[in-house]
Amino acid sequence: MITMKTLVIALIFLTIPTFLFSQSSLRVEPVKLTGPRELQDQTKTGAIRDYLEAWKSFSAALNQNRRDLLDADFVGTSKDKLKETIKQQAALGLHTHYQDVSHDLQIVFYSPEGLSIEMTDKVEYDMQVFDHEKNLATQHVSTRYVVVLTPSEVKWRVRVFQAMPE
Amino acid sequence: MTVRLAVLFGGLTVAMGQMALGQGGAITVPKTVEAGSAFSIQLSGSGKGTLFIVGPGQALKQDVELGGTASIAAGSLYNAGHYLAIVSRASATESEGFEVVPAAQPADVTFLAKPSRLPVSLHAGITGAVYVLDAYKNLIVTPAPVSFELTTPSGAVQKRTETTKDGSAWTAMDSTGQQGNDKFVARVGDISSARVIRQVPGDPCGLKMTAKQAGPKVDVATEPVKDCSGNAVPDGTIVTFTETFHGGLSTVDVPIKRGIAEVEMPVHTGATISVASGVVMGNQIGLGK
Repeated sequence: MITMKTLVIALIFLTIPTFLFSQSSLRVEPVKLTGPRELQDQTKTGAIRDYLEAWKSFSAALNQNRRDLLDADFVGTSKDKLKETIKQQAALGLHTHYQDVSHDLQIVFYSPEGLSIEMTDKVEYDMQVFDHEKNLATQHVSTRYVVVLTPSEVKWRVRVFQAMPE
Repeated sequence: MTVRLAVLFGGLTVAMGQMALGQGGAITVPKTVEAGSAFSIQLSGSGKGTLFIVGPGQALKQDVELGGTASIAAGSLYNAGHYLAIVSRASATESEGFEVVPAAQPADVTFLAKPSRLPVSLHAGITGAVYVLDAYKNLIVTPAPVSFELTTPSGAVQKRTETTKDGSAWTAMDSTGQQGNDKFVARVGDISSARVIRQVPGDPCGLKMTAKQAGPKVDVATEPVKDCSGNAVPDGTIVTFTETFHGGLSTVDVPIKRGIAEVEMPVHTGATISVASGVVMGNQIGLGK
């Protein structure tokens, strides 16, 4: 029999934001720039923060098949490609859940005019593919992402978001 | 008891059979596939199934005959990234990860050149950065030589060759002494992208004026205002004339018109008139009694 106390505890757990349970580990390698422009700490922190934020948007958008969730953090080619994937997933009755487990980031290029930052990310994530609500496959993926961010309004947005074999 | 054991072992056998199916190479996918190229996936078993190929870049589905080969046509899977190939059949699903890598051939260059306008004779004042892409807008991360070429208004050409690292490369060039339009080109293989950079005159150099008194007024005018490379400073640039006299100061800002700046100022006995443009000082003229 469910007591009132049990019910209250269950409700508290249900209302805690899921991101509290889904924090991925982060390691940031020393900056190793090939460009001439000095990277200020504030810029570096902002770019990393916005990239990690983009992972959350990416995960939510592909899980819920909602293209609008990409708008805040993606721009250009990466946004177009992810939106197309969501369109394809929705048409096929699929959705995917990406849960990042760890990131190992290194900023490798800050373009001379300050209009782009490139970083690499040795990322580990869990990928689950669902056909409607049926789990088709689950895989733990360890790969290397190459990411290019460009500034827009008040934040950095992801313009290139591409996994490469390590 | 015997019957129970037989049922138990029977159940285990079925479970182990499904597990073997799941882990025993029921689906064979190339580890890497070049973007846009045709490839095939080997499928074991028999009967009909459904093949899914899913990743952040694309999601595909096709019906397949198990025990044969599923062909993925050229141009079907083109966005680089990590994918899962999944075969779904009545009894189980099998999956295998693989990578789609960018096509080797560059097809596009994203070229960021800055600034669009700069003064003449500035060392390393022009910068260019490129990202090299394939036909499907995938970033090509294998090293590729990029040739940068800046043709200045005088026809002089500056060339640099850089090699991309993780898909990007950059360079810096000097603006030359002559005003006009530069053509800045980045080239990777047969693919090029061009930008126009405008070189404008620098600060005035050797600013000089003359004065001609006419009654209670004095006409002051600069000589043609030029930068240190001899380019005419553009009309509209402000020249400041300052007259200092006993107990007073009079300042007039005049835009350059047709290459010179001129103004009429009142004559004060013993006054000194100086000329400047921005931080550049010109000569001084003292007015007599």
